[in-house]
Amino acid sequence: MVAVVPTTGGQASAAVVAQRSSKTGYLLLFPGLAWLGVFFAIPFVTLFMTSLQQPIPGKSGKYTFGLEFGNYVEAFTEYWPLYVRSFMYAGIATVIALCIAYPLAYFIAFRAGRWRSLMLVLVIAPSFASFLLRTYAWKTILADEGFITSTLNALNLLPDDRILNTGIAVVAGLTYNFLPFMILPLYAALEKIDPRLVEAAGDLYASPQTAFRKVTWPLSMPGVVAGTLLTFIPAAGDYINAELLGSTGNRMIGNAIQTNFIEFRDYPTASALSFMLMAAILVLVFTYIRRAGTEDLV
Amino acid sequence: MAEAQGTRAVDDLHLQNLTKKFGDHAAVDDLTLTIPAGSFFALLGASGCGKTTTLRMVAGLEDPTSGTISIGDKDITGLRAFERPVNTVFQSYALFPHLDIFENVAFGLRRRGVKDVKGTVESMLDLVELSPMARRKPTQLSGGQQQRVAVARALINRPDVLLLDEPLGALDLKLRRQMQIELKRIQVEVGTTFVHVTHDQEEAMTMADTVAVMNAGRIEQMGHPADIYELPRTVFVANFLGQSNLIEGSRSGTSGDDVLVEANGLTFAIPSDRVFADGSAAIVGVRPEKITILDAVDGDRIPDHHNRLDGIVTDVSYTGVSTQYLVRTAWDQELIVFEQNVVVGDRSEVGDAVVLHWSPKHTFGLDGTGGTTIGVDPEVLALEAVNASLVSDAPEA
Amino acid sequence: MRWLRKNLIGIVAVLVLVYLFIPIAVIMVLSFNKPSGKFNLSWNEFSLDAWTNLCGVPGVCSSFVTSIQIGIMSTLVATLLGTMIAFALVRYRFRGRSTTNLLIFLPMATPEVVMGASLLALFLNLRFPLGQGTVIIAHIMFIISFVVVTVKARLQGMDPRLEEAARDLYANPRAVFRYVTFPLVLPGILGAALLGFSLSFDDFIISFFNAGTLVTFPIYIWGAAQRGIPVQVNALATIVFLVALAIVLGGQFVGNRRRKALDRAAPITVDVMSRS
Repeated sequence: MVAVVPTTGGQASAAVVAQRSSKTGYLLLFPGLAWLGVFFAIPFVTLFMTSLQQPIPGKSGKYTFGLEFGNYVEAFTEYWPLYVRSFMYAGIATVIALCIAYPLAYFIAFRAGRWRSLMLVLVIAPSFASFLLRTYAWKTILADEGFITSTLNALNLLPDDRILNTGIAVVAGLTYNFLPFMILPLYAALEKIDPRLVEAAGDLYASPQTAFRKVTWPLSMPGVVAGTLLTFIPAAGDYINAELLGSTGNRMIGNAIQTNFIEFRDYPTASALSFMLMAAILVLVFTYIRRAGTEDLV
Repeated sequence: MAEAQGTRAVDDLHLQNLTKKFGDHAAVDDLTLTIPAGSFFALLGASGCGKTTTLRMVAGLEDPTSGTISIGDKDITGLRAFERPVNTVFQSYALFPHLDIFENVAFGLRRRGVKDVKGTVESMLDLVELSPMARRKPTQLSGGQQQRVAVARALINRPDVLLLDEPLGALDLKLRRQMQIELKRIQVEVGTTFVHVTHDQEEAMTMADTVAVMNAGRIEQMGHPADIYELPRTVFVANFLGQSNLIEGSRSGTSGDDVLVEANGLTFAIPSDRVFADGSAAIVGVRPEKITILDAVDGDRIPDHHNRLDGIVTDVSYTGVSTQYLVRTAWDQELIVFEQNVVVGDRSEVGDAVVLHWSPKHTFGLDGTGGTTIGVDPEVLALEAVNASLVSDAPEA
Repeated sequence: MRWLRKNLIGIVAVLVLVYLFIPIAVIMVLSFNKPSGKFNLSWNEFSLDAWTNLCGVPGVCSSFVTSIQIGIMSTLVATLLGTMIAFALVRYRFRGRSTTNLLIFLPMATPEVVMGASLLALFLNLRFPLGQGTVIIAHIMFIISFVVVTVKARLQGMDPRLEEAARDLYANPRAVFRYVTFPLVLPGILGAALLGFSLSFDDFIISFFNAGTLVTFPIYIWGAAQRGIPVQVNALATIVFLVALAIVLGGQFVGNRRRKALDRAAPITVDVMSRS
């Protein structure tokens, strides 16, 4: 998984530094890893424990330790459509993002020349404006009386006569918000491809399309996989797009988790839902690792 | 760049049983060597032969598996790089990109606590003719200029030994030649021991007082460039240093001071002090430029005591200074002959029957076990094999 | 038509860039708006009210300042911890490398909702009070990974011969770090810090779960989204955007000047440097 963040000084040496083996390595690792251990890894344990808790009768919002695996069954039975919907929305958004991002990443890697750095800045720049406001701005852009909605309506392309408060808006929002997470890994992988390989393919009778299919596309696969994972996963768990751009029929699993935690204070259910979401995602990640190892992750 | 800095009293550099192993592989294998103080010493070998590893051990950038390194009586094996009176000119120069030229050159002085560096740095920059560049950054200099900065940065510390790791590799041919002359001149003026690592044998022979040819972690032969060139003692050195014609044969007796070697029905005489073969398998060796090529009909003009053989010319290459012939012998070996173009227009042609002859004094005898291709680039051998199969596959013309 | 085919990719690329900026444009334009009702969703009339009266609406500026404070604190700590990890990964041998890589990678790949939820579960079970402290803890947690990735890339790109040259020139290990390693890694560290700050400043989900009653800027926006987002928010967001853009472009500009000098002066050296 090539670095999401493009860096400037990353070319020079392939010469490998002989690594020192000493206590210093462990000392350097310890504080940061400890922090991650305590505040990232352990919370999953507490999440799991919380998901097994039972309510104390008479005291809402308070729970005792338990082993109520039934919580999972209940949560799943009630919320399984949201999982399906979330993965569907995230999946569609990821595919669309891939289609949109690939040409841009390709252009920056192969055709941009001296504009490359500037274009990369332009890819990241929108992330400097508030994520919430950017999503909110789509309410203006996709407003019922707005240009886009009216035009599409006139062409009879909209099943509900509107975009906002439908699944379309949510998917559109997801695609937009996570697009940079698709562009950057794609760019990083494409940029590593030696353009002379494509020339060689042409020299060996491949048309531009064939050269792309047989040379460029396969070599860009690490970036495609990385971008797909980094887009799909956060999208699946997102609830902001659904909240701001969708209606009650478009609720995603993230909404349910948030509602259960904050409003209902039904911690066991919320934790169970979170845990199941995380489990599904871990399956994806480990499938990736099986094939590609962990060295490229970081 | 002329300004004598005077010679200093330095001691010899001693490497004693120096070994470096990576896992099971010995990059440097029990190396024992003395590099005389104030000399220009070249370590010559192909990539992977261990020359760079040896250099890095002397610099302190690599720890030996066993063995010692000392300057005079002082054992520096245990000292770390920054404690040794040794400086290195790196292959890629390794100039600090975030410091300007002045600070690059002053770096070593500053680390040793020298307070006032201005005068010393400025005169050193004068010496290498880079004074106007003092405040520029390395990336703003050309390759040749960066090279000079690298040399200045090392020399300013007046080390006991200066190590050079293929410093001229990145320069184009003309610049390289110039820098070879300059470096040699600086070494003579400053009097520091220079240890120069390179794979370019012409460079080694041009610049060095002593050349050591390295192969697989060991030194095969060491000496004055002319000595080791004219009298290689192993097949590797014969092939690696310049080119050689090597004919496999076996000892067949002696004649006066000469050893006789029989090969393919012919007998060759080699002075016994030029023979380094113990057993019966012996290789007759002669350098291409020592051979005279005559038309076959002129065979009777050859002096009696000369070694001679017949052949057919298969290739003629005109290089301006000389003409290079490939001559196929009766036993299908192709020998190389260099003839200086003294007489314009007098050249043999492809297909001519010729006779080659040379003095026994120019012949050397090598140990025949192992064959004649040690030291030849494996890529060349592979190409020759491809060529041979193409030729044999081709239909008869 | 020929021209279209040849430049198709370029056209698509530019269109995608434009697409990325449409919402930004909307945000900026609407900061000059005087909304007709509570909601600043469509253009009504031009007004500089928001800009002249940035803190006019209660809660806007205080939440903005809170976010900045949290951003600085968490960035400082996360950058330090992450840089240390990056050095360990690149320069040292240790056991458990796979686990380490995984532990660093997972926060970048975990949905915020899960991270926020699990941290909340931790704090609830420990009866740890929610507030600025818990938010900072949470932010440090998810920023570390990004710092590691950024600094690691920069470290790996550094010519190891430079440190050897320093050692050859009488620099002891501390001097090597101080005069060679650190100055060369610094741009990477600064980049990581900038990235970390912007991640912290803009974070909503994890903060929302763990802030208790504390209001950060994104939390304020979320709360306001139901009632109508004050125009000041657009103005402030525009300022943040422009400042961050200026910093990044400035960094690029400095880097470019250095690169131009390189290209001008030494094509041979570039070749060697990139091959060695």
